[in-house]
Amino acid sequence: MKIATLCGMGFGTSMMLKLFILEILKDLNMKAEVVPWDLGTFKGQQADIIVAPMDMEMHLRSTSAKVVLIRNLVDKQELRSKLVPVLEAYQGS
Amino acid sequence: MAVGLGDLLTEKTIKLNAQAADWRESVRLAGELLVAVNAVSPSYVEGMIRVVEELGPYMVVAPGIALAHARPEDGVQRMCMSLVRLVSPVEFGSRANDPVDLVFAFGAEDKQGHIQALQELAVFLQNEDAVTALRQCDSVQEAVQLIRDYSRKGEVDPTD
Repeated sequence: MKIATLCGMGFGTSMMLKLFILEILKDLNMKAEVVPWDLGTFKGQQADIIVAPMDMEMHLRSTSAKVVLIRNLVDKQELRSKLVPVLEAYQGS
Repeated sequence: MAVGLGDLLTEKTIKLNAQAADWRESVRLAGELLVAVNAVSPSYVEGMIRVVEELGPYMVVAPGIALAHARPEDGVQRMCMSLVRLVSPVEFGSRANDPVDLVFAFGAEDKQGHIQALQELAVFLQNEDAVTALRQCDSVQEAVQLIRDYSRKGEVDPTD
């Protein structure tokens, strides 16, 4: 499973999201590759799940990946409640 | 030893009770703190503003909190971070998290070296008590202490 986190430059906001996702995966005892992406180069790349700030929704309308949009990026509860069902659905599929 | 948040957010790089007319001025204030400690060039400050203009306000990462930065090649001399706390919040245009009263700015020399500091900032920002205390504290010294107390190293290894 490959999870991408998206932001404008690929090493600020998306890196922070990556750190949180790694913690959640660890808690769930799940393994996945987590890669930060930037807006300039993400098109054409493949991931199973993309996690991004809500304000980036417009950039993600044409992707085939499952998209998880986060409002408060430092709220682990929000991230967990949105991401875990997607992870479980992916594992079950 | 990796450079941590407490090494970067110091009495010189935190400004409380700042006044900004709009988001551009708030980012500029945060950037000027970094210019003043010779960590970035003035072009970097303009770079941070350009990023918001071009890529949108997604860097307003949580209610009232913006995390501004530009690219290493926009003029970073060394890894750095600053914080401006505004008296009156400003609108970045974030549908999720406006208005903003805490503006963090950072400069990274590459895409890896700042991860420890970013991790510690994430730990700090996750803690609602810490953020509330930062919004209410009376002095820069108090803010520095809060950041040191609450940003202890997280458990995640970012190279996992």
